[in-house]
Amino acid sequence: MKTFARLLAATMLVTGLASAAEAKTLVYCSEGSPENFNPQINTTGTSLDAARPAFNQLVQFEPGTTNVVPALAEKWDISPDGTEITFHLRKGVKFHSTKTFTPTRDFNADDVIFSFERQWKADNPYHKVSGGAYDYFNDMGMPDLLKSIDKVDDYTVKFTLTRPEAPFLANLAMDFATIFSAEFADAMLKAGTPEQLDQVPVGTGPFSFVAYQKDSVIRFKAFPDYWDGAPKLDGLVFAITKDPTARWSKLQKGECQIMAYPNPSDLDAIGKDPNVNLLQQAGLNIGYLAFNVEKKPFDDKRVRLAMAHAIDKDTILKDVYLGAGQSAKNLIPPTIWSYNDKVVDYEYDPEKAKALLKEAGLEGGFETDLWWMPVQRPYNPNAKRVAEIIQADLAKLNIKANLVSYEWGEYRKRMQAGEHKMGQLGWTGDNGDPDNFFFLLSCEAARPGGQNLSKWCNKEFDDRLNKAKSLFDKAERTKLYEEMQVIQHDDYPMMPIAHSIVFEPTRKEVSGYKVSPLGRHEFTNVELK
Amino acid sequence: MLGFIVRRVLLVIPTFIAIAFLTFVAIRLVPGDPIEVRTGERGISPERLAQFRHELGLDQPVWKQFLDYLWQLAHGNFGTSTSTHAPVLTEFLTLFPATLELAICAMLFATILGIPAGVIAATRRGSFVDYTLMGAALTGFSMPIFWWGLLLVLFFSVNLGWTPVSGRIDLLYYFEPVTGFMLIDSWLSGEEGAFSSAVSHLILPTIVLGTIPLATIARMTRSAMLEILGEDYVRTARAKGLSPFRVVGLHALRNALIPVVTVIGLQVGALMAGAVLTEYIFSWPGIGSWLIESINRRDYPVLQGGILLVSGIVILINILVDLLYGVLNPRIRHAR
Repeated sequence: MKTFARLLAATMLVTGLASAAEAKTLVYCSEGSPENFNPQINTTGTSLDAARPAFNQLVQFEPGTTNVVPALAEKWDISPDGTEITFHLRKGVKFHSTKTFTPTRDFNADDVIFSFERQWKADNPYHKVSGGAYDYFNDMGMPDLLKSIDKVDDYTVKFTLTRPEAPFLANLAMDFATIFSAEFADAMLKAGTPEQLDQVPVGTGPFSFVAYQKDSVIRFKAFPDYWDGAPKLDGLVFAITKDPTARWSKLQKGECQIMAYPNPSDLDAIGKDPNVNLLQQAGLNIGYLAFNVEKKPFDDKRVRLAMAHAIDKDTILKDVYLGAGQSAKNLIPPTIWSYNDKVVDYEYDPEKAKALLKEAGLEGGFETDLWWMPVQRPYNPNAKRVAEIIQADLAKLNIKANLVSYEWGEYRKRMQAGEHKMGQLGWTGDNGDPDNFFFLLSCEAARPGGQNLSKWCNKEFDDRLNKAKSLFDKAERTKLYEEMQVIQHDDYPMMPIAHSIVFEPTRKEVSGYKVSPLGRHEFTNVELK
Repeated sequence: MLGFIVRRVLLVIPTFIAIAFLTFVAIRLVPGDPIEVRTGERGISPERLAQFRHELGLDQPVWKQFLDYLWQLAHGNFGTSTSTHAPVLTEFLTLFPATLELAICAMLFATILGIPAGVIAATRRGSFVDYTLMGAALTGFSMPIFWWGLLLVLFFSVNLGWTPVSGRIDLLYYFEPVTGFMLIDSWLSGEEGAFSSAVSHLILPTIVLGTIPLATIARMTRSAMLEILGEDYVRTARAKGLSPFRVVGLHALRNALIPVVTVIGLQVGALMAGAVLTEYIFSWPGIGSWLIESINRRDYPVLQGGILLVSGIVILINILVDLLYGVLNPRIRHAR
């Protein structure tokens, strides 16, 4: 009997231990392998997602929104003229350790300076490491914008800008503005392996990196010393699964709990699965048709408005987007703050279109070109098919649209030079700031080679754009952007076609996961039931 | 024999240069380059484009780029990936064991089932068994791999839950790779259940990749056997009163195997092609999906180096097959 009691006690102890040790690991079926683990040099969403659990920036996007909130900087002051931004850094923030590196100090101003100077200063010893292309840093105009970055003291850093620029804060929440450990960087440089900085993510983030096997798996474990409190998960695993149907099969079987980018044809089945929640939201993008206002007949506003009534967006959404698109009436998607929902889209009405053309003296129709881009994008899955639908709609008004396309690089270049009369393109936002979309219609971008493909320069619009950029007050900016959307809608330099819809299937046992309007996959606040 | 080997190996050099040249030119004929492909709607400034092109040597004339590449190869340097910045050879060596493991299993599966199936069909020529086996082989041969793979996953993994959907091992198991072969590594890890998990992950990919070679081998064995069974020496063996098992298994099969070995050798190339799709369906971390991605990213060094390394292996296996003939067939051995 005694033996039995002992055995029982031992069994209970073992099972007790086992359940205590039952780790809550979230498996995320991701869509591909990262190029490396440095968000300063990566540009693909896949690579940025893979590094994000390990890192932080000075400021961050509040999960599920595009609002900028404090992160490694607790607060910041902006000088009255808007050109000096002083960040007060959080104290007691720990960096992760690796097998070969144990940090001896907390995060401080040196880490901030190092992280920006690597991308900015050609004489930084890391500048040329891993290819040395800092695309986002350059694309966001940082080299022109930054005058200096100074360490005021260990926990204060001052950024001096060449001009006041409100979107700057949103830029600093982007992945390229990730803060690296200067101490780890020095250690790797000394060891003669600087490229390790880009392969082994050592950051301050909620999860610390464990291992990566190319095309197979990325493993993270919870970082107990995380400054914002340890995550509720014990581990995070990226199961790299390139085929969308295989990702869905794995989710169905519970081999992963969240999956990226489902196949549109599986959406029906996913929606019906009782174990799965299908989250959805408009993507941070826009697919549009630009009218070149420098060329006849699109210099006439009546003709542009005729196009608005002549083209049937619903058919395009149904035939081309297959349910994964949402009709667009503004340049920015509804998830960005300052979206003007009061704007009413022009309805499909060929008769109105005819009347407008008659008014413009073109009742007999005209001939135009219609460019379609040779690449697939979430905001435009098949530009050629879209062009064909538009072509058919225009033919009803005796307008002959000739389809034109070039190789992607060439296409962009020629459109930017303004060779087209009418052409499709789109935009995917970077930082959720309205300016990041509206600059596409600025006068500055209307120059030959610029990204304003309508070559439309409207002073009322442009003045508001520039003013909004220099103001740090969100309410004032919102008002200006709302007015700009009305101006754009009235003058119609381009036809907004669609925003993609992002679908994210998650299993029912997942809670706290939010679809990011920025297209990110973030797991900091996720729990498993 | 030695002369033969030396001759074969020397012949490999021009083959290599030709392959290097073809891949080099082919990938450059595809529109876009590694930098253009990376740029999105924003485009890239002409200065930055020129700078990156210069750094990658893409501003040089193509013939000079090619000669530089050959020079680099002659020094055993396969270059560095333009997207991950890791040496091509390192990436290849990390990923290749997965492909090799899968290919070996698929080949074993195809050979172990294919040869007996062919022999049985040949010895029962015209019977119901023959028709069934050859009908199945024809179906297997014409099966689109992608469809077949998804079908098996849907049936066995999702509906029945017998096998895992994809990957090489359950993600619960975590150990450092030693050999890169999951069957061996999981065994060495000593973790309970790891080995059986690795085996269960291998089943479906092996069947999918092995199906076409299985069908080919079965059909080839059958026709070779039929030919041999009509030979005089087989009739003599039968007349001597040898048991049918000895006649078929020892005298006929050994001779019939010669063309079959050739086919097996040739299948290695086909296997590599099939591996691309199989790896994609089963998220198998091998070189197939690595090469496909390198095309999408216009990662010239990875594509060029990867293709060269794969062709090197195919060529090597073909040489081995040639040598194996000699072992199997003394007539060939003496002819050399």
